[in-house]
Amino acid sequence: MTSLSVKSPAAPAQTGVLVGIAAITMSFAAYSSALIVRQGASPDWLHFTLPRVLFFNTLVVLASSATLYVARPRSRATADPAGSGAAVDAPNLTWLYATILLGFLFLAGQIMAWRNLAAQGLTLSSSPSSSFFYLLTAMHGLHLLGGLAGLLYVVYRVRRSSPVRAVVAYKAASLYWHFMTVLWLYLFAILATRI
Amino acid sequence: MTSPHSSHAAPQSFWRKYVFSLDHKVIGRQYLDLSLVAVTTGMILSWLMRLHLAWPTRAIPFLGVLSPEATGGIITPEYYLSLMTMHGTIMVFFVLTTAPFAGFGNFILPIQIGAEDMAFPHFNMMSFWVTFVAFIVLVSAFFVPEGPPLAGWTAYAPLSAVGKDSGPGEGWGQTLWVISIAIFCIGQLIGSLNFIATTLDLRTKGMTLARMPYSTWAWFITSVIGLIAFSVLFPACILLLLDRVAGTSFFIPAGLVISDRLQPHSGGSPLLWQHLFWFFGHPEVYIAILPGFGIVSHILPAVTRKPLLGPRVLIACMIAIGFLSYTVWGHHMFMSGMNPLSATLFSVPTLIITIPAAIATLLWIGTLYGSKLRFNTPALFCLGFISVFVSGGLSGFFLAQPAIDSYLHGTYFVVGHFHFVMGVAAMFAIFAGLYFWFPKMFGRMMNETLGKWHFILTFIGVYCIFMPMHYLGLAGNVRRYSTFTVDYMKGSIPLHRFITVAALFTGAAQLIFFYNLFRSRFRGEIAPANPWQATSLEWTTSSPPPHDNFGGHHPVVYHGPNEYGVAGREGDYIMQTSPEPEPVAAAS
Ligand code: HEM
Ligand SMILES: [Cu+2]
Repeated sequence: MTSLSVKSPAAPAQTGVLVGIAAITMSFAAYSSALIVRQGASPDWLHFTLPRVLFFNTLVVLASSATLYVARPRSRATADPAGSGAAVDAPNLTWLYATILLGFLFLAGQIMAWRNLAAQGLTLSSSPSSSFFYLLTAMHGLHLLGGLAGLLYVVYRVRRSSPVRAVVAYKAASLYWHFMTVLWLYLFAILATRI
Repeated sequence: MTSPHSSHAAPQSFWRKYVFSLDHKVIGRQYLDLSLVAVTTGMILSWLMRLHLAWPTRAIPFLGVLSPEATGGIITPEYYLSLMTMHGTIMVFFVLTTAPFAGFGNFILPIQIGAEDMAFPHFNMMSFWVTFVAFIVLVSAFFVPEGPPLAGWTAYAPLSAVGKDSGPGEGWGQTLWVISIAIFCIGQLIGSLNFIATTLDLRTKGMTLARMPYSTWAWFITSVIGLIAFSVLFPACILLLLDRVAGTSFFIPAGLVISDRLQPHSGGSPLLWQHLFWFFGHPEVYIAILPGFGIVSHILPAVTRKPLLGPRVLIACMIAIGFLSYTVWGHHMFMSGMNPLSATLFSVPTLIITIPAAIATLLWIGTLYGSKLRFNTPALFCLGFISVFVSGGLSGFFLAQPAIDSYLHGTYFVVGHFHFVMGVAAMFAIFAGLYFWFPKMFGRMMNETLGKWHFILTFIGVYCIFMPMHYLGLAGNVRRYSTFTVDYMKGSIPLHRFITVAALFTGAAQLIFFYNLFRSRFRGEIAPANPWQATSLEWTTSSPPPHDNFGGHHPVVYHGPNEYGVAGREGDYIMQTSPEPEPVAAAS
């Protein structure tokens, strides 16, 4: 049965992720402007040194984007996943697993950063700066969990040996994942300069 | 390959068919059913408020039993605010956002573009059930100790942020409110995402953007606005929730004493909440009204038998409104301690945004001008829409001047303004859409005579309710007061009684609608595929459409939706799917 859509079946997944990225960008724009307003609102903003582990985490998340890129399906036929019957290479499983592992490592690192903060006596309500620290990292982490779910779905598709669908899923999931990396770089910059 | 439905044929089990359905048509109806429950709830709440305003010392029968907060059936000032908060929240979120956008949009949009379903049917189902949960969470505020919140649908901080100390309902009630709205945001975000991807990617062959029906355009633009607006309201709700339950101080200033207790918070900014809220809030009013623009523009050509005047201009206007709606939020904050320069900066775009709205109105009137209007119920509600939108829009001009607003802000003038322009106008669009699409949705016609009575009585009723409110506002009647028994406001009570009677009368008129709705559902005349001789794709398929919308074939589109009043042929219109060439005469 042919698809009703004018474009390739990859299109809705791709569009969906792009639209989702727009929404997430907007919500983090809201959090950041709240941060800026709140910092200017009164003198109770406590500056503290960011936990060291964040630098390590930044490297981890960058590495995860790299491994995900390496995992990409290689064959040229993949340029058009809708191409009927054309041989398509699935994304590379090993590198996908590596990415997922790095993703979990990143999350573990973020939790370490929280524990580090808590050990200094900085809780969610200690100061607006620590409030925003916990809030922004938690929100990013939750979105990243969604990205991990996406990657696991790609793995599932590869293992079910449905390469066409795996490639569609890979494209959507990796777009989202790279966005998560960029988002973290942005947040890290905000945290480093403001806190 | 994988089009949304090829993986699942029409579902057989009860649960998949009616409850956790993936079919956009079922989901659309679920949204409409939800908003029907919501609008009934909201309306009953408004009667309670109106009764109390008119006869403040009379006990309302049974109310004392139902809600312990209203001792002996007399509504306290606090309980009045709770009723008002729930009324506003239910109406704005669960009726005006849910019905015209999510309800009709879900049912009609995929059919109008020739798709089998939404781009992401599972997300679609989720968006409805998430919205449903949000509604349950909100309504459960009636059943917690101290009852529902009283901070208004705008939930201004610090009142909404400090918890129990700030009044009854500000404990559990307000927490449930914040959670409900946060959940609602998620539902709307998923829904908007789906609408956007569907419109961009699932259009059938020949359905270019320029050939999309205006209702689809409106839903598409609305979903873009909604995507941005709810992406900001969600973080705002999270911050508010943290202030309430986690001891943070985003919105609560230092040294705040409420109910003789120093609040254990410091340094927050109440204005920050207002900015975040209205950055969502003003676009939200267009989320409520733009689908109405689309519905009216879609119905008008079919009832006037003329092409819509300036269709490109109309779409440009809607896009312009979408952009501008993000530049005007400050006009809700003129009185919040804003410096005069910022006030002017927000006043200017507020006046500018009236231009596209006015142009759209002129296009509708121009379409009506000199036409042989078929006075059926959808047509009447379109006329009603235009009428109340103009009435409400005119008062917006006054409010847009900071100097005038400083007097009118917080009075019944504003209440009259937004009820006309947002509440009643959107309701009329919902009614127009329902009378128009009911045959498609249920395969039966609604009763015309009852429909006309419903329109006439409702039309007279809403003018009797909301027109006098402008006068009350000018006379200094402040809003959000539960009684006007003191000093200078005493004189307004007779007028308030008149409004209350009109409100009860209008409510009673809705019984005609409910009767018509349920009767027609089972007993109505069987509807043909195209009862209104309209051109768009939903009228090319059976009423109601089959599970995959077009019964296995894929429509191909040759025309825009505007081919009405075509001379020199049997019918005076050309279906979008008709391969015949475009006649020159249709270009008028
Ligand atoms: C003709 C263009 C419009 C102008 C110039 C305008 C202007 C304004 C202004 C200045 C206010 C603030 C009044 C105050 O609180 O003191 C206001 C309030 C309001 N407007 Fe409009 N408006 C327009 C159209 C609309 C539309 C189309 C809608 C809805 C579909 C709408 C819904 C509302 C609502 C809900 C409020 C009150 C919110 C609240 O404080 O609870 N307005 N309008
Ligand atoms: Cu506004």
